Amino acid sequence: MHLILFIVFAALCLTGAVNLLLQKHPINSALSLIVVMTSLAVLYLLLGAEFLAAAQVIVYAGAIMVLFTFVVMLLNASREERTLGSRIARVVGFPAVAAIMALIATTILRIQCFGNAAIEDHITSTTELSAVLFTRLLLPFEVTSVLILVAILGSVALAGKSDEERTGPE
Amino acid sequence: MNGPLLFLPLIPLVPFVGFLLNGLLGRRLPKAVVSTIALVAPLISFLIVLHAVFLVSTGSVALPVIEHGAPTWISVGTLHADFGSVLDPLSLVMLLVVTGVGFLIHVYSVGYMHEEEGYWRYFAYLNLFLFFMTVLVQAGNALLMFVGWEGVGLASYLLIGFWFQKTSAADAGKKAFIVNRIGDFGFLIGLFLLLANFGTLTLNEIVAKLAANPTMTGGVLTAIALCLLVGAIGKSAQLPLYVWLPDAMEGPTPVSALIHAATMVTAGVYMIARTHFIFDRSPFALSVVAIVGAATALFAATIGLVQTDIKRVLAYSTVSQLGYMFLGCGVAAYSAAIFHLMTHAFFKALLFLAAGSVIHALGGEQDMRKMGGLRTKIPVTYWTMTIAVFAISGFPPLAAFFSKDAILYAAFTSGSLGKILWFVGLVTAALTAFYMFRLWYLTFWGESREDAAHPHESPWSMRGPLVILAVLSVCGGWIGAGRFGAFLAPAVGSRTAEAAGSQVEIFLTVLAVVVALLGWLIADRMYRQRPESPAQLAAAMPTGYKLLANKYYVDEIYGFTIVKPLLVISRYLLGWVVDVGILGGLAWLLAGIASLGGAILQRWQSGNLRSYAAWLALGAAVLLYFVLAPHVFEAAGLHLGMAGH
Amino acid sequence: MNSLHMVQHEVPLGWYLLLSAVLFCLGIVGFLIKRNLITVFMSIELMLNAVNLSFVTFAHQWHQVRGQIFVFFVMMVAAAEAAVGLAIIIAVFRARATLAVDRIDLMKL
Repeated sequence: MHLILFIVFAALCLTGAVNLLLQKHPINSALSLIVVMTSLAVLYLLLGAEFLAAAQVIVYAGAIMVLFTFVVMLLNASREERTLGSRIARVVGFPAVAAIMALIATTILRIQCFGNAAIEDHITSTTELSAVLFTRLLLPFEVTSVLILVAILGSVALAGKSDEERTGPE
Repeated sequence: MNGPLLFLPLIPLVPFVGFLLNGLLGRRLPKAVVSTIALVAPLISFLIVLHAVFLVSTGSVALPVIEHGAPTWISVGTLHADFGSVLDPLSLVMLLVVTGVGFLIHVYSVGYMHEEEGYWRYFAYLNLFLFFMTVLVQAGNALLMFVGWEGVGLASYLLIGFWFQKTSAADAGKKAFIVNRIGDFGFLIGLFLLLANFGTLTLNEIVAKLAANPTMTGGVLTAIALCLLVGAIGKSAQLPLYVWLPDAMEGPTPVSALIHAATMVTAGVYMIARTHFIFDRSPFALSVVAIVGAATALFAATIGLVQTDIKRVLAYSTVSQLGYMFLGCGVAAYSAAIFHLMTHAFFKALLFLAAGSVIHALGGEQDMRKMGGLRTKIPVTYWTMTIAVFAISGFPPLAAFFSKDAILYAAFTSGSLGKILWFVGLVTAALTAFYMFRLWYLTFWGESREDAAHPHESPWSMRGPLVILAVLSVCGGWIGAGRFGAFLAPAVGSRTAEAAGSQVEIFLTVLAVVVALLGWLIADRMYRQRPESPAQLAAAMPTGYKLLANKYYVDEIYGFTIVKPLLVISRYLLGWVVDVGILGGLAWLLAGIASLGGAILQRWQSGNLRSYAAWLALGAAVLLYFVLAPHVFEAAGLHLGMAGH
Repeated sequence: MNSLHMVQHEVPLGWYLLLSAVLFCLGIVGFLIKRNLITVFMSIELMLNAVNLSFVTFAHQWHQVRGQIFVFFVMMVAAAEAAVGLAIIIAVFRARATLAVDRIDLMKL
């Protein structure tokens, strides 16, 4: 059961990711990314992280991707145009990526003792999570809220209309 | 230090302070202040020397006094040099001459240079010269002497080229310095040889080491002596390095008097006398010295016969008289040579200063063909110069009579070579009398050939030193060669064949006076009685006259054989090949490499996001490899954790 | 993997990690080949998600909650970063009137 679920949703992940690369219009890429994120949420559930699965859907798929979609609409992004291209990106980048993949894969395959995951395994409850989060890690938690505040201010400052644009041509 | 204070270090230091004050501040000070500083300095030095003489004569201080300068100057291996000074009879005599005549010439300069723009500069340099000369004369250490040696060369260069805007003056300064340098090179080699063979440059120690080794003669000592001789030849303008002295007349006349007559050029003679203990051990070197001296004396005298510039005649006369001093040293009669040095300082300085007075009176005219009839118009100058002319010709009882005869007698009694050299000296004495009287007649007698200028007598600041020097020229020799020699004996040794008052000596003396009279008579006939005869004589011997008038073309020969090749090498070989080609090319190459490297690296900053990402990925891959590789390539089954199944 | 029953109920954790690695590399590839600025940014988000997956996997392996807490913080930071990043993209669009990555090269020497 676990295996089938894993295979299905892993395949969905990969399909979404590849589709993100293949699509020409950014809105299509955004939708593919949403698919990837929701399947990842399911995978989290399979690994026993129920709170994170919920957070993944709410925050990532529900907020961040919505933000992306709004920006695509705002900037009226259209199909990608053929531009100069970067030869370096192909010549240096692809072999680098291949090397990274090979290294990580080799490491994972060599190391045998990760163990297995099963559906009956322990599910981390939200109580467990919050017990650590609100006692030992209280300060980082609060600081995160400050971080989000800073981000809000930053984006308003950066993306807001400047004075000239606000008053507009007289 | 026991006994009364001698203030020896102050003798050079006070003029040095004068140099600093006038050199740094003189431009802004009024002329009166500049002159005061410049006159007070040598006066103080002279008074200190007089004080020392007084102490010595009353017996409170016994010579030699050797002071070791407090801070050690150089202490490397076996070479130890300090700023020590030596006061012995030789240096005492030299100090008297240098500071005394120096002071008189400073006073004279106040009047002579009064209209000059660079008044402060002149006196600064003059004080600097005095500083270096006193260092040279007082040094107990050959290295310190060399410092003074070089320093007077520098001061001479600065003063010859005082009117540096005049090309000929600037060139003359350079010529003096460069020719001196050639001599200094010999001096340096001599110093190196001294250090290598004796391990020290302090003169007393060398004397002691030589005394402990009585059989050491010739060989290395000859080499050292000859090298030192080269230095002396350069500094004292002997053959073949005399060419700078006539050109040095481009400088102001008081400079010619002080530096190129009385003091600097005598440094070579002083040096030989100071290092006599080396020359004494090498008869060959002594012969060379004597031959060089005699040859120079004759050579310069012949050139002086036909010169028309009053200062050039005096310059060649100086070279000739220095030759006499070298002759004296060469026959080991060092005290006679120093005696002649002293008397020569008096009358030669007087001659130059009087010539300066004549030039000043005529408003700058130096060509004797345009002078004449001055004897009634500038009487003080006339009478003092007359005394000097008689003195240099060797008439008794004036100064040079005693000193020149001492040298000639010493030469005659020095073997067969000595007799030949004595004869050369005798002929030179006749020539000397001739050209000096020629000068006298052309300048002061006959009709005035220059009507435009109104000759006026010089101010008292110029006439005063003339009178004092005239007095010295008269009675400077009365001390007598014998007593002078006895006084100097502790410093320079004494010759054994000194038989004063013997028949040979009286005969030689009379002969010398007769010869001088002969010279006078011929000059009288040619220049007073029959003024047209010189021109007739010159027409009768045209080639001979041209050869003498052009100074035997020595300058031209030097220019062709030495100067021109050097210039060609510098301009083309070193200038084009080395400087532009190699060094320039090297600089161009380095710049090119840097520029090329920059151009290549600049391509990396393309501004393209994707290429940056690609390089980032590459970097990440490399890092990842280095982190993971140890784990991956070990045997499989690494225990990363025991949790799980 | 002894029996079919077991096979159906267990997944080796190594497979999760491999999936994470593949997603990560796909993210890098996307960064390298996409020409639209927004799409490039999306590839970055993909990379972050891949890393989150591997964290959760390890949290499961070690039975520790730390991995999941780290994922929590990563999510927060990713949210903040997405907000600011998109604001920057808007500002860049205003200045250069283009979203093509290759045309935004003012930093070139």
